[in-house]
Amino acid sequence: MTGRLKWGLAFLPLAAFVGLVVAFLAQIDEDPSILPSVLLEKPMPAIDLPNLNGAQRLALSDFAAGSPVLLNVFASWCQPCWAEHDVITQLADAGVTVYGLAYKDAPADTRRFLRRLGNPYAEIGVDQSGRAAIELGVYGAPETFIIDGQGIIRHRHVGALTPDIAQQKILPLLKAVES
Amino acid sequence: MRFWVLLLTLVFTTSVHAIGVDGDVLEEPKLEAKAQEIMGGIRCLVCQNQSIVDSNAGLAEDLRHIVRERVALGENEAEVQAYLVARYGDWVLLRPPFSAKTWLLWGTPILILGVAGTVILVSRRQRQTMEALSDADTAEADRLIEEYGA
Repeated sequence: MTGRLKWGLAFLPLAAFVGLVVAFLAQIDEDPSILPSVLLEKPMPAIDLPNLNGAQRLALSDFAAGSPVLLNVFASWCQPCWAEHDVITQLADAGVTVYGLAYKDAPADTRRFLRRLGNPYAEIGVDQSGRAAIELGVYGAPETFIIDGQGIIRHRHVGALTPDIAQQKILPLLKAVES
Repeated sequence: MRFWVLLLTLVFTTSVHAIGVDGDVLEEPKLEAKAQEIMGGIRCLVCQNQSIVDSNAGLAEDLRHIVRERVALGENEAEVQAYLVARYGDWVLLRPPFSAKTWLLWGTPILILGVAGTVILVSRRQRQTMEALSDADTAEADRLIEEYGA
């Protein structure tokens, strides 16, 4: 074996290490807080929940009504939900249909929350067991889904919405899935 | 005395594990054992590096409930896992399955073994060729040793 080849071999572990680092880095999404969702581009799961009055229901048929909607998973016990409530209200004021999913929350507490902060939701499904949220692959509140007019889940946002996220991500995406 | 009692108390409390306690444990011990086994491989999504058996998080409790429900329906481990993977992705399994995304993860040890093995084989073969001197070389070496001393 020539000397040069020997030197090459000495650098082989380093090269392999660098190669692995690059390969693994490439697999890491730029933002680790973005949680993977397998439900993206899939149809909304069948949900059928009573609303706060128990009079009507939030059902699957609400989600394929021709125009895109937001589904916001919230709860009165969830601090970030209080923080994002203004943003949800602004989106609703801008003409967006926002459905709410009251996650593991007593209806009385949800009502108190809405009396205090206002109710921007077109309809609210009461999911006290958290079962419907699991169908959606929800980790916790708040989470917000964009569902297009055909009932396909097009986007999932984990955590509180901020005015920036609403303006730069949610509204443009709603517009994009409309066409 | 009080000091020692306190110390002992502190030492032994560390061995108390936080294990989720449920009210919906399956009555059939065999089924409950099967459910427990499946739960051990399901990630608690909000605590991320625990299984749902070890967690008291609300979501972990709900997922345990679902596992028990499906085991009671007679589903096997693969079916229960498929149900959860359809909602939460492979991430919900503590042992990532072999797929296009994870082949490097599982393949790395084999890769390293292969590369290291090749390097060792090559260098060993080289050493053998060094050891086996030709007769002429051996004679020459003997002559040099004779001439200059060992």
